[in-house]
Amino acid sequence: MRNDVLILGGGVGGTIVANLVSKEVGDRARVTLVDTTGTHVYQPGFLYVAVGREKPAALRRPETSLIREEVKLVVDEATLIDPKAQKVILKTGRTMRYDELLIATGSRTVLDEVPGGAGAHDFYTMDGAQRLHRALEVFVAGTIVIGVAGIPYKCPPAPVEFAFLLDDYLRSRHIRERCQVKLLSPLNRAFTIETTSKLVQPILAERGIELTGFFNVESVDPIAKTVTSLEGETVDYDLLVLVPPHRGQKVIEASRLGDERGWIPVDKNTLMHTQFDHIWAIGDATNIPISKSGSVAHYEASVAAAEIAAAVKGEAPPVHVYDGKVMCFLETGRGQATTVSFDYDHPPVSPAPSVFWHWAKVLFNKSYWHTVPQGRL
Amino acid sequence: MSTLQITKSIDARGMACPGPLMNLIGAIRQGQVGDLFEVLSSDAGSKTDIPAWVAKAKHELVEVREDNGFAHFIVRKAR
Repeated sequence: MRNDVLILGGGVGGTIVANLVSKEVGDRARVTLVDTTGTHVYQPGFLYVAVGREKPAALRRPETSLIREEVKLVVDEATLIDPKAQKVILKTGRTMRYDELLIATGSRTVLDEVPGGAGAHDFYTMDGAQRLHRALEVFVAGTIVIGVAGIPYKCPPAPVEFAFLLDDYLRSRHIRERCQVKLLSPLNRAFTIETTSKLVQPILAERGIELTGFFNVESVDPIAKTVTSLEGETVDYDLLVLVPPHRGQKVIEASRLGDERGWIPVDKNTLMHTQFDHIWAIGDATNIPISKSGSVAHYEASVAAAEIAAAVKGEAPPVHVYDGKVMCFLETGRGQATTVSFDYDHPPVSPAPSVFWHWAKVLFNKSYWHTVPQGRL
Repeated sequence: MSTLQITKSIDARGMACPGPLMNLIGAIRQGQVGDLFEVLSSDAGSKTDIPAWVAKAKHELVEVREDNGFAHFIVRKAR
């Protein structure tokens, strides 16, 4: 009898797992991928859309163009997971049973959790990035404030990268001297990782980007155009860009499979749910103490795929487990970038920013469609 | 032995910097004035980061003590 492998979420993690499991198990299982839109979106490109350096269409491809023929795509939304009955209920009313389930539903942004923050700009959705770009196009002078309204959030380097790309953008329009750029950091440094902070802080200072530490955005007054921190400070703005608070997906909360913010508790090495058998979770959806980023989902996917394939074949779980590997690029503007690469046991050492790493990021972004979703890289 | 009524305990042992502080900030964000939060951290950076943030945010660092290979912080949400 064929097993049913069900995958929720057609982002980077879910797509890789679907392809790798299908390739590994062949006819022994039906692999079904449920995705809410059927369109794969390359989210790291949102930053570039916001500053007019990328077109939205270049960041979208039909999911069917990225999955193996043997993988069945269902465009629908999971609304309830029943881990005891091993069933998932979809929005259209359809029920799907599974033998093995991978949850790769990612996270969602909830800007309306910030009092007064609903009208702030962000670059965490395609719509948000496009709206921010339109606002920047008509911006001619004033203070642009970049703040963080909740932790954890996707792609920890993103606020710093955005500050650098914004600096480039304003200079390209010859209005930089009429604009102030302020970066409000939740920590007493620019970036979560101390060594990388030491590398980027002098560059922020050199570009005239003002850094304020220990500023965790609590509320916004859109009439007075001020943003106030949990620590009790208030800053004026003309244009506010917020990293929104993030939560797990509603299906996780409705199914009580996660914590109070909807993050799924999994073993940080095997990526298996800590309470329920036959469930794995990867990417932003989990509660493991590591970045929420496409890179994490990418590295976790091969581990989860090997474990699911072994379960289907009735074999012992593979020895190789997820070791916390993360590798991200960090744009520092002016055509340069550095990297942030680490695992659970090895803290990162970021190289000096260079043109090389910028072009490596450009190359990765372009080659993504032909390498990552298929599990080739 | 502490007899304080802890509202929420955060066991951040094994979590790299700044995870323990970020978890504390998240908990205080959700908490009520007067709530007591306990953080257990094995990360050396917490010894400076947590007291510095508590001072900046004008909360109260009620207790700091070293335990067996980790630090133990108790923080009261003061405002």
